[in-house]
Amino acid sequence: MFEGVPLSWFLILSTIMFFIGVYGFLVRKNLITILMSTELILNSVCINFVAFNKILYPEHMEGMFFTVFIIAVAAAEASVAIAIIINIYRRIVNIDVEKMNEMKY
Amino acid sequence: MTSNQFMFLLFSAVIVIFSILTVTSRRILRAATFLLFVLASTAGLYFLLKYNFLAAIQLIVYAGGIVVLIIFSILLTSHIAEKLPSASLMKKWPAALVALVGAALAIVVILQYNFPGSVGSTELVDVTQVGNSLINYGKYGYALPFEVISILLLAAMIGAIVLAKKRKD
Amino acid sequence: MFDFSYTIWILLIPFFLFVLIGFWGNKFKPIVSGIVGCAGLLTSWILSLFTAYKYFFDVGKVDGVYEQIIGYHTLWLRFTDTLYIDLGVLIDPISVMMLIVVTTVSLMAHIYSTGYLKGQKGFMRFYSFLSLFTFAMLGLVVATNIFQMYIFWELVGVSSYLLIGFYYEKPSAVAAAKKAFIVTRFADLGFLIGILLLSYFTQTFDFLTLTSPTGPAIATPPAATFLGMSVLTWAMILIFMGGAGKSAMFPLHIWLPDAMEGPTPVSALIHAATMVVAGVYLVARLFPIYVTVPIALQVVAWVGAFSSLFAAVIACTQYDIKRVLAYSTMSQIGYMMCALGVSGLGGHEGLGYMASMFHLFTHAFFKALLFLCAGAIIHAVHSNYMYDMGGLRKYLPITHLTFLAACLAIAGIPPFAGFFSKDEILVAAYHHDTALFAIEYIVAGLTAFYMFRLYFGIFWGKKQDYHHPPHEAPLSMTIPLMFLALGAIFAGFIPFSHLVTSDRQILELETEWIIAIPSIVIALVGIGVAYVMYLKPTEIPKKIAHALRGFYTAAYHKFYIDELYLYITHRIIFNHISRPIAWFDRHIVDGSMNGISYVTNQASDKIKGFQSGQLQQYALVFVSGAILLALVFIYLWT
Repeated sequence: MFEGVPLSWFLILSTIMFFIGVYGFLVRKNLITILMSTELILNSVCINFVAFNKILYPEHMEGMFFTVFIIAVAAAEASVAIAIIINIYRRIVNIDVEKMNEMKY
Repeated sequence: MTSNQFMFLLFSAVIVIFSILTVTSRRILRAATFLLFVLASTAGLYFLLKYNFLAAIQLIVYAGGIVVLIIFSILLTSHIAEKLPSASLMKKWPAALVALVGAALAIVVILQYNFPGSVGSTELVDVTQVGNSLINYGKYGYALPFEVISILLLAAMIGAIVLAKKRKD
Repeated sequence: MFDFSYTIWILLIPFFLFVLIGFWGNKFKPIVSGIVGCAGLLTSWILSLFTAYKYFFDVGKVDGVYEQIIGYHTLWLRFTDTLYIDLGVLIDPISVMMLIVVTTVSLMAHIYSTGYLKGQKGFMRFYSFLSLFTFAMLGLVVATNIFQMYIFWELVGVSSYLLIGFYYEKPSAVAAAKKAFIVTRFADLGFLIGILLLSYFTQTFDFLTLTSPTGPAIATPPAATFLGMSVLTWAMILIFMGGAGKSAMFPLHIWLPDAMEGPTPVSALIHAATMVVAGVYLVARLFPIYVTVPIALQVVAWVGAFSSLFAAVIACTQYDIKRVLAYSTMSQIGYMMCALGVSGLGGHEGLGYMASMFHLFTHAFFKALLFLCAGAIIHAVHSNYMYDMGGLRKYLPITHLTFLAACLAIAGIPPFAGFFSKDEILVAAYHHDTALFAIEYIVAGLTAFYMFRLYFGIFWGKKQDYHHPPHEAPLSMTIPLMFLALGAIFAGFIPFSHLVTSDRQILELETEWIIAIPSIVIALVGIGVAYVMYLKPTEIPKKIAHALRGFYTAAYHKFYIDELYLYITHRIIFNHISRPIAWFDRHIVDGSMNGISYVTNQASDKIKGFQSGQLQQYALVFVSGAILLALVFIYLWT
């Protein structure tokens, strides 16, 4: 409970957000939108960390720092992913994930 | 309903609605904009939880950095007016089913679990405290992860440059 | 105590030659590999001579008995404390004698081949195989235990196979090589079973332990019996089977005449002087055990005697000169076997043993000489057949004289070498069993007859019109001939009974003229008959052949033994045993394997669709799996 907001509310919110991200990851075709779905998933995890930290162990700061690091990792991941996407686009002038199936059997 | 509860519900509503729009919108630039709203609302949640420093980072790095990066790459790879083709139902239904079942399962588990009823501190986390922790290598110090993250960012930067660089051939 | 450990080099030099010439031979000119091979063999030969001198005249004899010395010994395979196989060099009278024989004849064959095979394809290959053979044969004779002997025994078989098949472009040579290998392998199966039986019941492979009078085989023979004979008898008969295969004893002799497809120096070295006497050597090596099992010894004697008669009869009818010599070899080895079979252990009883070894020694010289002469003749005439030859004595003077010396030696005319050894064998047989003596006596006459049939047919007889006048062989070929002729003439004067005897003590002998004179007489009779029939072309041979039609034809066709074997293998074994097995293998064994692979193939073809390359499909499966696992662990696995 944080000033009237129970922990479970945060968790439910992050769950919904997470599965929306999963849905987007599974459905979208464009690589950039898939990347955006990944950001949603990461963000929902961040909310979890922060809420746990604040409500269960308010005297510590692990959750917060973890979130900071997740954000840094997300930034790194996004930059590399976008570099890859641009590279792919240069090669096949398309970033449709369904067309990239050279690795099949 | 306290004001906090109200604010939380408001942010949650924004997050959920715009998340759904992000993954369903057929115009990619709009999807990016909706993502920006989601990330900004998340920052609002952090403010609500009195993590001002974190909220600031969220705004600067996520909303300011990553979303701009995404929009940049969208502009490089597609036309603004272009509408994405809608995914086939064969893809949508299983994905929706999996997402719903997963969400339902998680929510049921969360509601069944009895979390300890701690009140939580309403104190603002001081930036001085954050800074001390980040460069401290003793207990509750984060000097090492901080350095590791720095190196990771450096590596990612070099990697991105190398990958995106035009080949000479 | 004199240190004999250097003797290992007698073996190792040919081995290194084999490696050197075999792997790097084509880097040099062909003649270089010939010279290197000869030089290496020369070193080995000198070492062997030195060893013989040291052993026989310096340090070998202690209190009138030649000692058995382990010159070199190394642990090779130690499976357990009781089951182990060592390698080593055993120095005793017969092994030293064999060292001399093998290195001498091998050296002669090496030198001879530089001329005989000059300019031929595969010159280096020939030398490397020849070195391999020499190494294997030396390893065989110095073996300290029966397993080492078996290993080198097989190596000898392999190198013999390689050398018979030297002209591998000739189908008959390939067939002969295979035949030799398969027949001797079949015999070696018996050998191996014999070894296993013997060592199982005596708990040792070691020759010294096996043959010592207080050893487990002699002092406490195993009591087990099988089909009415003691297990030791069975073991010794089976071991003799291996020896009979290698030594071309009836009925395992069929490979030897065909082995003449190999180059002639090979025939001289392997199929006359050294490898084929390995069986005799084996029996001699295990002789103290053979003496304790009279049935096995009886088998040795009768197989030997029968083979010698059988081969001598066939030899009288053949026209291929190398085949005549091959059958003569078989006949002489039968002599040696017979001599071993009639021998006892020690004193005058052991005369047969000594005679056998003596004959082995002298035979090596004159038979190698005969083969090398045959090589020189074939070299000159370009034909193997007697009816293409005649009147060659003017063209090939050195070959003629050396061939004559060898013929006199094998016929047993004093003072040539064969007389002394053959005489001892006849004496031993006479004192043991009159029937065996009679057989050997007839064979002595037949030997003289067919050898001089050959001699007169080649060097006298009718004059042939040669397209190119035959010319004498080069010096590299005639020097070995002359050297071996010296051996064939003078080897008989070596006091063998003082050196190599069954109990390794001196055996005092006197020539028993009551045997010697009749044997000289029958040899002269044989020569005389050959003289009458073959000195000038006459009608007598045809008449005799006509009178003895059936017998002559049978002998000419080698008594149809080959046909019998072909019948048994092709008609009976191939049709009624191999074919059903092949069917079983092809349809049941292969079928089940093919079925498994077919099912695997079809199944993977079906499931490879899972690997679609579609990222989102993978992700969907992954997420559903994770959720399923979560469900299982939360609700089912509490």
